[in-house]
Amino acid sequence: MIAFDYIRPADETAALHAATERPGARFIAGGTNLLDLMKLGIERPRYLVDIGALDLREVTETSEGGLRIGALVTNAALAAHPLVRQRYPVLSQAILAGASGQLRNKATTGGNLLQRTRCYFFYDPASPCNKREPGAGCSAIGGFNRIMAILGTSAHCIASHPSDMAVAMRALDARVETRLPDGQTSSRTLEALYRLPGETPHVDHRLAPGELITAVVLPPPPAGRQSYRKVRDRASYAFALVSVAAVVSMREGRITEATLAFGGVGTMPWRNRKAEALLIGQAPSAALFERCADAVLAEATGHGGNDFKIPLLRRTLVASLAKLTGGEP
Amino acid sequence: MSWIEADSGAALTLSVNGMRHDLKLDARVTLLDALREHLQLTGTKKGCDHGQCGACTVLVNGRRINSCLSLAVMHQADEITTIEGLGTAENLHPLQAAFVAKDGFQCGYCTSGQICSAIGMLGEWREGWPSHLGDRADAAPAIDAAEIRERMSGNLCRCAAYPRIVEAIEHYATHEGADA
Repeated sequence: MIAFDYIRPADETAALHAATERPGARFIAGGTNLLDLMKLGIERPRYLVDIGALDLREVTETSEGGLRIGALVTNAALAAHPLVRQRYPVLSQAILAGASGQLRNKATTGGNLLQRTRCYFFYDPASPCNKREPGAGCSAIGGFNRIMAILGTSAHCIASHPSDMAVAMRALDARVETRLPDGQTSSRTLEALYRLPGETPHVDHRLAPGELITAVVLPPPPAGRQSYRKVRDRASYAFALVSVAAVVSMREGRITEATLAFGGVGTMPWRNRKAEALLIGQAPSAALFERCADAVLAEATGHGGNDFKIPLLRRTLVASLAKLTGGEP
Repeated sequence: MSWIEADSGAALTLSVNGMRHDLKLDARVTLLDALREHLQLTGTKKGCDHGQCGACTVLVNGRRINSCLSLAVMHQADEITTIEGLGTAENLHPLQAAFVAKDGFQCGYCTSGQICSAIGMLGEWREGWPSHLGDRADAAPAIDAAEIRERMSGNLCRCAAYPRIVEAIEHYATHEGADA
């Protein structure tokens, strides 16, 4: 780990000021991902602004009937929050399907959104990786790529986004609130927070330098049933090979609303509105679910070692839809 | 509040097992290394040093965390409890006694992390926190083996003493955990 200057400001204004007075400064909250990457020399910040003392640990109801989740609310606290469990069970389930008890006690809402890929080659400084070192090449394309993405990839990077929490948030139409160094605030969807790798896979997101995530805002809870289904190599404490966050509402035997988001398969938490639209107004059936899966997978590309994710995503989606539209809760 | 420059070191105070310690450390020193190398509290173990094995688990304000993935300088306002703060060789914590009685280890390297993690985990259970298995903590007074396995998945044991570790935790939780 290279040496860094460190500061622990008492409030947001001081934190934003600190980040601008030393360009290249990074915010650190739980530290469970950033410190790990700093130990390996993959992240090399010269300046760390510790935001742990900021007043961003509350979960509050919004006037619209949704929830505002402070950026420093831990993953554990969010998953255990009574209103999250009651109104947004897909979010609680997604968080509890990820990491370990220790990590969830430290990892924060904002930090979880910005965690970096778990691609083995990104983590291995001896292997070429365009995300770690632009222009170096991609070791996963044509190499061992079992855990890599099948959607949103480019000729330069096929690393999958690792978050479970963000997948549920994408299905819930969450918005990410930030403050910029000049004090202005901004609100964006997760789709607008992240970027696809394209030719610049080293840039994961669209936040400006010194822009601080302050909260995630959930709209009022959607009607219908919610579920998070995750498939992984072991029963606990493993990243998703494939996951499906689904919210489906039915009336008189027909699907009235459906939002679907996918983890482990995309270079960002994935969503496909065309596939969702296919379900609306239809009576649930195996054939319908297969057509929905066809739409999600229309642009999917396997890279050899991860080809299995294509049928696995299909089966996981079909199983989720069958459960949510069936008689059993 | 001002910057601690990289080359100057950080003067800080850590509260560990009820004792306050004044230290001067490089800001890069993790909580784990501060405990082991600067306070000589070597009961907390370094396994992977990447938050994957759980050997370094300590309690911070009663919550279990991986001490290897946190900087010492970030914990000046916290109360830290290590295995040395739970029990001693002469006066074992009841969970330590349960590990001995149930033979919950082989080499013992993961044990302090297992015990600190289990203490934190049982606190989470008593508070009704859900797990990947669902909302069973809400209604169930006694934890069962399946919940212990899921909730303790962040603590690896290379000797694979898992069956006895689960037994020790379950024994403690059902017999003595209520007043722990």
